Amino acid sequence: MSASTVIFYLISAFILVPAYLAVTVHKIFRAAIYLLFSLIGVASLYFYLDNNFIAAVQVVVYVGGIVVLILFSVFLTHESGKDMQQPVEKREFFSAIASVCGFFLILIQLSLHNFGPSATAIQSDSIQAIGLSLLSTTMGGYSLPFEVVSILLLAAMIGSIAIAIKAKPEDTKTEPAKSQAQ
Amino acid sequence: MNAIPLQHILLVSTGLFFIGIYGFLTRRNLITMLMSIELTLNSVNINFVAFNRYLYPTKQDGLFFVIFVISIAAAEAAVAIAIIINLYRKYKTIDAEGADTMRF
Repeated sequence: MSASTVIFYLISAFILVPAYLAVTVHKIFRAAIYLLFSLIGVASLYFYLDNNFIAAVQVVVYVGGIVVLILFSVFLTHESGKDMQQPVEKREFFSAIASVCGFFLILIQLSLHNFGPSATAIQSDSIQAIGLSLLSTTMGGYSLPFEVVSILLLAAMIGSIAIAIKAKPEDTKTEPAKSQAQ
Repeated sequence: MNAIPLQHILLVSTGLFFIGIYGFLTRRNLITMLMSIELTLNSVNINFVAFNRYLYPTKQDGLFFVIFVISIAAAEAAVAIAIIINLYRKYKTIDAEGADTMRF
């Protein structure tokens, strides 16, 4: 068993154990922190597979963006330190059965399927090549999905502002009076 | 590098996927359900990267799928959290059972 193999299984444990804790722990703040560790583990798996660019994107977007967003929303909507409502035992039981059955179904498929020899050629994952084909309009270029995703991100930004905006200006005049009356 | 068989990486991503599914089914808190969805999306990304690395190392298409999945996940998380915060203002709870106005 070489060091590389040991490192792979350590990374796997570092992904799966915090992920399991993130979906079972009772305090929501701890769940968010365990999610953070699991996402860092996924990023280290990308480093292990020689995809440095994807690993950097994973760290920047998930660890620096989404988890911080989730922590903010936890602070906005929860009293810290309070336990969450416990799941119903019956639902927990059937969810566990469904997940384990699905896991073994995939496991059987994985053991039956032969993926063929893994290629040993060196991957060309330079950031320059990624950027060039993101903007290329020729065959195999990704400029159309790139633009579609940029419009989607703009729509998501405007949409989340429109949803989360507090109240219209004419409503704000009446609201303080109401709260004072209460 | 190729000492690890591809199946083992797929096994890790399968485990992560079903942990996410389990969390999505058991949790009733909207933020933790969103966290489970993020775990599920991450397991799919691991599959894309592993297949690209092992079976087609000279191409990069798997990496582009991962980039697009990550950006769509970011957009989805932003919209979902805006909806959750708005829901909290209306109902003072973020349990999935709390918002039952439209339940028949």
